[in-house]
Amino acid sequence: MSQRDQLKKARARKRGKIALILIGLIAIYVWAISGIEFRGIQETAGPVTKNILKGFISPDWSYVYSPDGEDLIRGLLETLAIAIAGIFLSIILAVPVGLWAAKNLSKSFITSQSGKGVLSFFRTLPDIILALLFIKVVGPGAFAGMLALGIGAMGMLGKLYAEEVEAMDPGPVESIAAVGGNKLQQLAFGVIPQVLPGFISATLYRFEINMRSAATLGLIGAGGVGTALIFAIQGRSWDRVGIILIGIVVVVLIVDLLSSALRKKIT
Amino acid sequence: MMDTKLNGPLPAKPSRWPFYFFLIGLFAIVLISAIYIGANPLTFIQNSDNMVDLFVRMFPPAWSYIATTTPAMLETIRMALLGTTIGMIFSIPIMFLCARNIFGLRWLVELSRIGLNILRTIPDLLLAAIFAAILGFSPLAGIVALSIFSIGIIAKLSFEAIENIDNGPLESMTAVGANKLQWIAFGVVPQILPHFVSYVLYTFEINIRAAAILGLVGAGGIGVFYDRALGFFAYDQVLALILYTLVVVIIIDLISLKIREKLL
Repeated sequence: MSQRDQLKKARARKRGKIALILIGLIAIYVWAISGIEFRGIQETAGPVTKNILKGFISPDWSYVYSPDGEDLIRGLLETLAIAIAGIFLSIILAVPVGLWAAKNLSKSFITSQSGKGVLSFFRTLPDIILALLFIKVVGPGAFAGMLALGIGAMGMLGKLYAEEVEAMDPGPVESIAAVGGNKLQQLAFGVIPQVLPGFISATLYRFEINMRSAATLGLIGAGGVGTALIFAIQGRSWDRVGIILIGIVVVVLIVDLLSSALRKKIT
Repeated sequence: MMDTKLNGPLPAKPSRWPFYFFLIGLFAIVLISAIYIGANPLTFIQNSDNMVDLFVRMFPPAWSYIATTTPAMLETIRMALLGTTIGMIFSIPIMFLCARNIFGLRWLVELSRIGLNILRTIPDLLLAAIFAAILGFSPLAGIVALSIFSIGIIAKLSFEAIENIDNGPLESMTAVGANKLQWIAFGVVPQILPHFVSYVLYTFEINIRAAAILGLVGAGGIGVFYDRALGFFAYDQVLALILYTLVVVIIIDLISLKIREKLL
């Protein structure tokens, strides 16, 4: 066969492949679009959108602080507190599980793999579902939200911690073992100093996610600024929705900026 | 005989007090937060029988509920698919605007980035709650919320990929007199396309998880059933839902991972 024929064949094959992918994609989209139940946009959509935009332009500034009872600052502080207390709980839970899941610290493959299994199970549970379950246990409120974030973040933090431990230099640990250090001393003086910057960085990253999660927890009754937001939406007070969203955006942006500046400094 | 001598006195050990103070401060913040939200370990212990009850009633999972909720699960997948697609389309112009090496206009780049960062601060569930209020309790609200949420992820990852491309092809194209559009189409796009598709798939994975809970605020998908099952204290149904979602998420993750491995 001449080279030209071969090239032609290769091109035809490539074209066929692309056509096949395209047909597959079209089939998927036909399936997706035809299955969506489209009940039409409700008539109020236009006015409501206009009102929401108006709410953003002229938000309800009086809601930012009121000396008695519910206001935006208290809601945001509660959200921040949920995120902080939650991350603390997840650090306590994630460090042992992360060390358990790191394959260079355990002797057998099964030990580390089972730790990884536990972590990936918790990673797939959404924070919101956990919050719903904890509401059933401790009742609605910020405590349920904190527990949900604590357990929810454990899966991700544990995985990041384990990866950090797996990537460390075995030298210091071996030297400590060589001069007769026990397992605990190896951990304290060989492992921890090496992985601490990575741990802190991972924790800060997860804290950024916690802030966003904590802002949504209130939507289902687990405390924080989301509670105020869902009441404002249900009460159709769009100027209040506007100020709450602005508050969330500002606080999350500040936390993001601080956290990423810290992370850059550490690593 | 030789004496080993140190050159001068030992350097003083740096004081550890600032570090301790920092730690104490950190703990104080955690403690204040915990008190502020009324986090009481005692409440947890006192209610531990609730927890036990919850776990006991979860088993065995109500497998029959899987059949009941399959239409909603398919709707969840559809929502994630369409949301990701619409988000992908909108993120194309945005990612070019946000990349420093495409348009020379500094203010435009910075402005787009600030906009994108603000967009990224709003959690998916909040978007869904707002769009459910605008568009009514329907999957459409979820699709719109996921679209906007996807723009934040796809555009962010993609503009960073654009900034890391090889300048060679771009310079050669400028040298032979290509205009801006040709420059993007033949210099930039071929370099970022695999990354872009990979990010879209990654976003799809995230969106499947997100879509599964949007129903809690009335934005369609399987989340509605979580609400219903929990309302009836039917924890066996809840567990069935959790496991069902888990399996679907894992399958889609695997497919997406396979495609992504092939791409890059």
